[in-house]
Amino acid sequence: MNVFFTYTVLGCVIGASYAIAASGLVLTYATTRIFNVAHGATAMVMAFVYWELAYNQGLSNWLSVLIVVFGVAPLFGALLERWVIRRVADAGIGVTLVVTCAVLVGLVGAAEKVWPPGVHQVRQFFAGHGVVIGMVRITGNDLLTVGLAVAAGAVLYGFLAFTRTGVAMRAAVDDKELLALHGGRPHRMSAIAWAMGSSLAALAGILLVSAQPGQLNYISLTLLVVNSYAAAMAGRLTSLPRTFIGALVLGLLNAYASGYLWTSPGWTEFREAIPAIFLLSMLLLMPQAQLRVGRLTGVPGVRTPEMRRVGMATAALLLAVVIGNAVLSNANVNRMALGLCFAILALSLVPLTGFSGYVSLAQFSFFGVGALTVAKTHSSAPTAVLAGALLAALAGILVALPSLRLQGLYLALSTIAFAQIMDSMVFQNPSLGGFGGSLKTERLDLLGYRFASDKAYAILAAAVFCVVGAVVIVLRKGRYGRILIALRDSPAACATLGLNPRLARVAVFAGSAAIAGLGGGLYAGLQNQVGSADFQFFNSLPLLLIVVCAGVTSVSGALLGGMLLMALNSYPSAQAYLFLILAVAAVGLGKQPNGITGWLFEMREHPLAGRLGFGSAGVARTIAARSVASGTVVGAPVAVGENAEVEA
Amino acid sequence: MAPILELQDVHAAYGRIEVLHGVDLAVPRGAVVALLGPNGAGKSTLLKVCSGRLRATSGHVHLGGSHVNDAAPDALARAGLCTIPEGRGIFPNLTVAENLRLSGLAGQASAAEIYETAFARFPRLAERYDQLAGSLSGGEQQMLAMARALVTDPAVLLVDELSMGLAPLIVRQLYEVLAQIAERGVTVVAVEQFADTALAVADFAAVMTQGRIVAFDEPGVVRRDLAELYLGGATV
Repeated sequence: MNVFFTYTVLGCVIGASYAIAASGLVLTYATTRIFNVAHGATAMVMAFVYWELAYNQGLSNWLSVLIVVFGVAPLFGALLERWVIRRVADAGIGVTLVVTCAVLVGLVGAAEKVWPPGVHQVRQFFAGHGVVIGMVRITGNDLLTVGLAVAAGAVLYGFLAFTRTGVAMRAAVDDKELLALHGGRPHRMSAIAWAMGSSLAALAGILLVSAQPGQLNYISLTLLVVNSYAAAMAGRLTSLPRTFIGALVLGLLNAYASGYLWTSPGWTEFREAIPAIFLLSMLLLMPQAQLRVGRLTGVPGVRTPEMRRVGMATAALLLAVVIGNAVLSNANVNRMALGLCFAILALSLVPLTGFSGYVSLAQFSFFGVGALTVAKTHSSAPTAVLAGALLAALAGILVALPSLRLQGLYLALSTIAFAQIMDSMVFQNPSLGGFGGSLKTERLDLLGYRFASDKAYAILAAAVFCVVGAVVIVLRKGRYGRILIALRDSPAACATLGLNPRLARVAVFAGSAAIAGLGGGLYAGLQNQVGSADFQFFNSLPLLLIVVCAGVTSVSGALLGGMLLMALNSYPSAQAYLFLILAVAAVGLGKQPNGITGWLFEMREHPLAGRLGFGSAGVARTIAARSVASGTVVGAPVAVGENAEVEA
Repeated sequence: MAPILELQDVHAAYGRIEVLHGVDLAVPRGAVVALLGPNGAGKSTLLKVCSGRLRATSGHVHLGGSHVNDAAPDALARAGLCTIPEGRGIFPNLTVAENLRLSGLAGQASAAEIYETAFARFPRLAERYDQLAGSLSGGEQQMLAMARALVTDPAVLLVDELSMGLAPLIVRQLYEVLAQIAERGVTVVAVEQFADTALAVADFAAVMTQGRIVAFDEPGVVRRDLAELYLGGATV
């Protein structure tokens, strides 16, 4: 009984810190409809700032907490809102997720620069104090955590329900323009929300690191907040009381799992996957999203190139690789081949995110399935790579099927949950066929020719990229492509035409995963050795960020994205510049959702774009769904990227 | 008397497409002006420019003597301009009471004063106090929107298509409230497609076609010439 009580107390304490983190997430989402992927990274950086003040600068603990929670964190939140969030506030879920991903990656990078890896110890609050109930000792730190969670919840609830500012913050979600007509200041409301959300993240971060004294870690604290995603989802991202219950249940599940589950291999991994499984279950319990009738979201895409232009671009790319092989050093040829493998991975996002508008944060998991298949079979035959693509496609179907009912953000979160489950239960788990450290791989043999040299491999990867890219373009130009675009722009209009969205959706997930798996198989052959760390969920965040910034709606964008991802991995010294480019591009997404290639395509007269045959056709300023929308566009002429009213 | 709201040669556009092609309008202080015109004439766009939601590409907008071309909608609201936009100016996910409380953002009224004024005129809203505004009937939603005009006591009230999608009886009630608000000295500009309802309470009527004001006169005169004004300006 005492053991049970001990774990219950522990669960409540863990749940309390999740609740604080989750309530910050709920606050920013409920008031600005932007899901802050960087919430955990904010918690992590603020915990580091706390460490800096309290342990490096020698300020008192309490003063440091006050400075961080009521000074640094809200200032950071408000500035973030002012300079980043406000610019993308009206953009789609794809853009807002990518922008907050950019913030996350930037914060992790900044923390690593400012506080290089080393000893960052944090002690408990009220160390040595506590109370004993029965046989169980509850530390002062535990009591503080629970007390603060209850206080934060009560204050937030009261603020949102009973103060005029709180009500105005919720009103801003319904209709910003109308709030302004009431005399409210929508921007100020969202700045306050982000400041408060950031404070709560800071408080959660400090409590989490002091509860389990140990190393402050860049990634683990950033990802620990996936737990708070799960809790927030229990309250459907809007209800604070249900969020608190969700956090408590999750905390208890975690505690009981560490107390009662077997410690044999397999179960340990299962324990790590509990928050992700909880998140997935919460998402699957969501009610069916209603089709929104009467609203048509026009998203400008890039014009699909003519096949003649595709042929020219293919020739240009192959020629560029041949020239690269001739002039680059061996190490750089290897990097070029790596970039091309990543480009295939990036290409997998084009039909999924670019055409269909589904945001996936599990692409590295599909990439990993392809690589794992090649590594496990120890084969150099192309059939191993194709088998990897097939298995990845099956995994894609596995993701698509349960989440058929989910839209937008919820779908993206379900891919996060899937990727985390893959990480802990498959890739890191040798008993379930995972890597178990790292595995040796073979170079590919094709019709008796072995692609042993990096130069040959680079040409192989470029050729595969071109073939898959051409297939993607052909599909986009055909009936299937039109269905995908139409489904993205107006599911309601498609439903009235009698289209079944399910099949198209499962197919695009399977196809996208297959492309990623194919890339993974090639990657495994190139690297000679692969391990679970190569395919961690965390990698999918910069991937999505880079590909969307480079241009997720075009094959050229995927090529640029792959190369940028390679550069980020291979040239640490250039990271700062790359992040700068990405940050600018990410914020620019509000204006140009086709990313850097979108900007390039817009420069019609750009000589390079014209000569390489990568476009120069200009951005097609059309709204594809108009052709399927059952109604006429009324009122103002439709501006690109703006919502258009449709007579229902 | 100097007009409280004045537009001089106002042009406005959505993207590259110009919708207002030089609008001149002077609204006398304390008057009720019905702004009439066929679909697509630019009436709602004109209200958008007046309320700061769309910036004029050229021309001048004056409110109470100040040049307000670049003023933000919230600043204009706090300066005494109340706008009830097309399609119910309410927040559907807030309760009736919360909607009413937000009316206080533009003025000095406390929550209690707001409830008292609003519920005295619209007892139906008192019954729906805790209900989400989105779940009210169309007429009740428009009452809630009108309640804001009632409690904020603005200098100028802009109303867009008050009658849209409502039963004639409800429309008549709402126009009675509009007339009451006007009696207090509030200047009202009401955009309306159904001319008769608006002309009944108006001191002046303006007719818009194709992005221009083609007539501004007494209601009786406008009523007489309405058919010709509509058809004369329209291209078939």
